[in-house]
Amino acid sequence: MHSWQRMGVRLLGGLLPLARPWVHPEMHEDAAAAPIESAPLPPLFVVPVRQHIGESAEPVVDVGARVLRDEPIARPQGYVSAALHAPTSGTVVKIEEHAIVHPSGIGMRSIFIEADGEDRSTGGWEGWPDWPERDPAELRERIRACGIVGLGGALFPTFVKLARDPRHPIETLILNGVECEPWLACDHRLMVEEAERIVAGMAILRHVVGAARCVVAIEENKPDAAEAMERASIAGGLHDVAVRLLPVRYPQGSERQLIETITGRQVPAGRLPLHVGVLCVNVATSAAVADAVLQGRPLTERVVTLGGEAMPQPANLRVRIGTPIDFLLRRQGLLDLEGIEIIQGGPMMGERVLYPEAPVTKGSNAILAMARRPVEPESPCIRCGHCLQVCPAGLMPNELAAHCRNDRFEQAEAFHLFDCIECGACSYVCPAHIPLVHYFRYGKGQVAAIRRARAFADASRRRSEAREERLRREQEERAARRRSRRPAAGAGVEERKQ
Amino acid sequence: MQTELSSPHDHSGSSSRVMMLQVMAALLPATLVAVWLFGWLALLQLGFAITACVVIEWGVLRLTGRDGSAALDGSAALTGLFLALVLPAAAPWWVALIGALAAITLGKQLYGGLGYNPFNPALAARVILLVSFPLQMTTWLIPLPLPGGIDLAHFSNAWTIFTGGVAATGQPFDAITAATPLGRLKTALHGGATVPEALAAAHYSLVDALLGREGGSMGETSALALLLGGLYLLRVRVISWQIPTSYLASVALLAAIAHAIDPDRFAPAPFHIAAGGLMLCAFFMATDPVTSPVAPRAQIVFGIGCGVLTWVIRTFGGYPEGAMFSVMLMNCLVPLLDRHLRPPVYGRGAGSLR
Repeated sequence: MHSWQRMGVRLLGGLLPLARPWVHPEMHEDAAAAPIESAPLPPLFVVPVRQHIGESAEPVVDVGARVLRDEPIARPQGYVSAALHAPTSGTVVKIEEHAIVHPSGIGMRSIFIEADGEDRSTGGWEGWPDWPERDPAELRERIRACGIVGLGGALFPTFVKLARDPRHPIETLILNGVECEPWLACDHRLMVEEAERIVAGMAILRHVVGAARCVVAIEENKPDAAEAMERASIAGGLHDVAVRLLPVRYPQGSERQLIETITGRQVPAGRLPLHVGVLCVNVATSAAVADAVLQGRPLTERVVTLGGEAMPQPANLRVRIGTPIDFLLRRQGLLDLEGIEIIQGGPMMGERVLYPEAPVTKGSNAILAMARRPVEPESPCIRCGHCLQVCPAGLMPNELAAHCRNDRFEQAEAFHLFDCIECGACSYVCPAHIPLVHYFRYGKGQVAAIRRARAFADASRRRSEAREERLRREQEERAARRRSRRPAAGAGVEERKQ
Repeated sequence: MQTELSSPHDHSGSSSRVMMLQVMAALLPATLVAVWLFGWLALLQLGFAITACVVIEWGVLRLTGRDGSAALDGSAALTGLFLALVLPAAAPWWVALIGALAAITLGKQLYGGLGYNPFNPALAARVILLVSFPLQMTTWLIPLPLPGGIDLAHFSNAWTIFTGGVAATGQPFDAITAATPLGRLKTALHGGATVPEALAAAHYSLVDALLGREGGSMGETSALALLLGGLYLLRVRVISWQIPTSYLASVALLAAIAHAIDPDRFAPAPFHIAAGGLMLCAFFMATDPVTSPVAPRAQIVFGIGCGVLTWVIRTFGGYPEGAMFSVMLMNCLVPLLDRHLRPPVYGRGAGSLR
């Protein structure tokens, strides 16, 4: 239940922003002023083999191996996949399942590295200050080798996005510094403190894809970040970079919504941003690209915001990939998790951390500690239409949820269930407290399972048809051979028999 | 301890119950006007109808083996408030009771309860009452501030809805009643008078219509009070602008065009806007979330449909007022409208309208 005070505010209609179709969650910028600090190193690192969209990486180290920081410990499998590198120097003690942040609570094969405390590095690859003279394909390969993925949360291997397609030249490079989720401040701090790195990455990315113009998108509530980015652009010799201040609204940082805001064009359903001539990259990803190309350093750390109402000290920490979450919580002085919900990511799209011993991965932009609130029971939909008004994908969430809930998956698909980006705006505003996103995930999972089953059945059918065809052919061939051995006069008889 | 099944892990704090409260708050001006005009009578009607609806809802929930506490979710109380406001002030107690029964059982629970009813329960009840008890439902008390009205400040006089006669004089109410402006106009036009003649003969004043000093259901008479409530609902976003705007605009436009063509046969636009249940329907009944479309374009078509039907029924129909029937007729089309006028999906089709 909300307080009477909040109810009074609602009844009087105050504090309700007049703009739609966005939601405006309270931003909680507690961590925005906390400078980036380096997190201490835990004694044991756990590196899950899949921290990206696509195929898992395949470990290339054996148990007992001594590794140095930046050394590759797993190689990508297949095209859409990403490499992993040792976060510190030490010994590989085991490779087995370990808890990860996942809504279902499943574990994942992980590489356990016992730190030796020396934190020595291989030195990475050779840095390329001469990158403008190099071939884009070479740079792209370096970005791939360094295991760089989208750090804004999408975790898509960055090099895949950088493939040049002559039919779809990239005109606009958008650097995404919107960070529209409440509490999050990791990108904000990175822009304020390390704008040069981000700008250097922007120049490299622009060279790789041949974009004509660059836009840095930042929300209006981060003027210091905008100023820093503008200064760094000019200092870096990029005079034509446009820093755009956007209204604070959710989900402004979602790639497709951002592209529409900046270019006025929508990415057609089922296509990619490159089909409208856009490449959109998160600012932290851009900084990682700069490290990879200029210094040959792979991605082994990221900035993580520690915040939330139950976090004793808000902070932005530079954390090595593989650091257990509870190690960070202890560092912040959060020892007792009784009545506290730990969330990885923001409150709108983040995931509950069921096991605090799960490690920080490439996608951990925030660890939030929230006071556990009783969940309001679901009441009947009163068709108020608020969900539809705030849906950035233009869906009718109330209807979609009803279809998913009643297992009418074909209907749900026909009404574009898969266009849902799970931003959570609908659930956030629903007065009936219907867990809409939960229904959509259920629906998507079921549809995927049905498709798999159908594909399997189709394959079996094709196999059995092929076998019948082969048997028939063989029979015919045998019959033909028999016919050819017989005198020609018996041929008519043979045919009648058949 | 139940926890969130999936993201988001935060909520705007809105709730159905608060939305119901907001609608009640929006009805406050109209309710206060009713109390100003009809005194104790209004208070008695309101209390009786609201109590009856909540109790009946609770009874139906218990009879069908459901949680009785849902009767307190605000929707039954709101239906009771609506019901009282669409009854004539002097309607006998049994009319209100039958109305409450009809609203909750036939209007709502029959379809599966909250969120599933095709018509606004209070409107459905009013139609049932109007065709069942036409006399009681069209006996309009002259509001207090007019000469010839009875003194309803006396509780004993108000008690007549339970006893059937004025305690002080023993007179039944129909000796001091008057028709609504729409009713008087319709009668006069049938009698061969022109619109200006009819309005003059009826001492029609736009100011009275706006303030509510006219015959009519308790809550429908003051266009201004209803407008005030409607604007509040728009402000707190319980309703969106599409339905009231398209509804009122289409009535005003049709009335203005017709009046320009033949001022003697067609009443002017301001008369239509201020008269009868239009304001109540435009801001409260047509916008009832459960029974109106959710898609913005569907809402506009819905509003236009309501407006056209309202004007047509008022002008050519057998009933003096058509707002209620129009809304209910359009309610039948809601699934169709919502299905064919969906919002544009991102990345599918030409540009976004949002």
